[in-house]
Amino acid sequence: MTDPLLEARGLEIRFGGVVAADGVNLTIDEGKNLAIIGPNGAGKTTFLNICTGWLKPSKGQVFFRGEDVTRLPPRKIVQRGVARAFQIPQLFGEHTAMENLMIAVSAREGRQSPLLQMQSQPERSEMQDLLELVGCTDVADARVDELSEGQRKLIDIAVALALKPRLLLMDEPTSGVASSEKFEIMDILVKALAQADVTAVFVEHDMGIVENYADEVAVWNSGEVQMRGTPAEILAHPDVIRDVIGEETA
Amino acid sequence: MSTRHFLPLLALLLLLFVPMAAPGLQILLTLALAKAIAVMGVTLLLRAGQVSFGHALFFGISAYAAAFIAATSLDDLVLLLIAGTAGAALSGLLVGLFVVRYRGIFFGMLNLAFSMIFWSILEKFYHYTGGADGLRLPRPTVLGLSLDRAPFELLLFYLTLALTIGLGWFTLRFLGSPIGQLFQTVKTNETRLEYLGVSARTTLLKGYVLSAALCGIGGILVATAQGIVTPSYAYWIRSGEMVFIAVLGGAGSIPGAVAGALAYEIVRAYAAAFAADIWQLVLGVFLLVVILFAPGGLAGIYTAIANRLSRRDPSPTAHSPNEARQ
Ligand SMILES: Nc1ncnc2c1ncn2[C@@H]1O[C@H](COP(=O)(O)OP(=O)(O)O)[C@@H](O)[C@H]1O
Ligand SMILES: [Mg+2]
Repeated sequence: MTDPLLEARGLEIRFGGVVAADGVNLTIDEGKNLAIIGPNGAGKTTFLNICTGWLKPSKGQVFFRGEDVTRLPPRKIVQRGVARAFQIPQLFGEHTAMENLMIAVSAREGRQSPLLQMQSQPERSEMQDLLELVGCTDVADARVDELSEGQRKLIDIAVALALKPRLLLMDEPTSGVASSEKFEIMDILVKALAQADVTAVFVEHDMGIVENYADEVAVWNSGEVQMRGTPAEILAHPDVIRDVIGEETA
Repeated sequence: MSTRHFLPLLALLLLLFVPMAAPGLQILLTLALAKAIAVMGVTLLLRAGQVSFGHALFFGISAYAAAFIAATSLDDLVLLLIAGTAGAALSGLLVGLFVVRYRGIFFGMLNLAFSMIFWSILEKFYHYTGGADGLRLPRPTVLGLSLDRAPFELLLFYLTLALTIGLGWFTLRFLGSPIGQLFQTVKTNETRLEYLGVSARTTLLKGYVLSAALCGIGGILVATAQGIVTPSYAYWIRSGEMVFIAVLGGAGSIPGAVAGALAYEIVRAYAAAFAADIWQLVLGVFLLVVILFAPGGLAGIYTAIANRLSRRDPSPTAHSPNEARQ
């Protein structure tokens, strides 16, 4: 049997009185896109923080492709093939969208020569394609701190993709994106991910997106994985309708 | 090449004729350009959002290294430059390993602390360092040739000018390179940097070593031009002066560092001659005006004027800091 792509075993973490992870067990299989749903404050972002080494759990372990990465710093986990797009986009504000991507390529390729120029790296057209993928070609040369939140989120995803990860973690990827564009972008994104053999985990509040683009769904509640299954099973479950969907539409 | 590069290049070209046209300025400009190289080191760190209040440390280390070597039989200018630069870069690596863990005021003050330690060593170990009197740095040979004073100073002027241009070019290339761009993201988002799989500390360290080397080269050139090194080379006032010039020239601009150093030395020389008691006042007011009305410094003023003049030909990358702040 092959190892799952990522496996969390018994993760626990608390902030003061708040238990943000209360024995979280979860496996993520290669090629199966997982949606994480659950009310605000359930511990979804905390889970991504632990998986990427940003937070160290007080108990439990994280394995990436069979290797224990619990105590590694984020950069070491990223180097092993995990990339992340954030709930609040993390970009280089003084640089343009294109430059943000070119910097990501610089990091990915680990180029050290001080004489090579970043802008003339051969991956420029590859990055152009990524911008197109997230529908941001028109703002390629705009400083990212002058863009809308929705555009910044999409560029944040493109930056993560520029690293050519095995696993892509996205925290509410389409919040801030106009609902008319959400589906189109997810459509292109999910296809591109499948083509590039990237497995995606995305925290999502829009059940329409979950239904259409997730292979599996995990429901978070008070620091626990309450339930897991296919979108059809989960979205029809009365507890989920009461605790999650009810809250989303309220 | 756009018109806005024309004026700075013309100015550099004019500098070529200083020894013939204005020999009285030759020494002053040698010192100013040598300082410009050191200020580039401080400017480089500003691009990563860090201010060092102790970079005279490297200026002093290389100057003393040069003085020690000049006292041996290996007293050749090329050797002084190589050994002094290596000494500054190596100490930059050692100090850097420690200070790159800190940011902002802590980074600035730790640099200051290291420079003060070195300064007191220079003052106290009189037997080796000559204490407050410093060390003489006898005129070295140049590739084995012994030159008289006048040709030596002429050569030093051109060497300093060439190094200013060459190192300025190199530093700009560094800033435009993959590692240089990663280095500058330490200023804007270390979280994303970490999530690109890059260590912010290692990245900052690379730039730090380069900045130390630049300060070191400036220190050797000033020491060779003056023929003496004293603890004042490493004193905090010298560090502060470098930051002052970097801000005056345009915080973060490499050509600005050169413009700032030239302006500073010239204002200082003439203010000292005509208003001996108040030249610091003149410089202080000058800096105040720059910070209040032109936070981009001399480089910012120049870019603004050039933009206004060439509005018919708007720069397509005006949004990008990389273009705007070269
Ligand atoms: N670094 C932190 N320090 C203190 N409390 C935190 C921290 N991160 C998360 N929390 C708390 O943990 C709980 C879960 O947060 P989070 O994982 O962000 O939830 P979600 O992403 O599901 O909305 C919340 O109550 C939040 O306030
Ligand atoms: Mg969250």
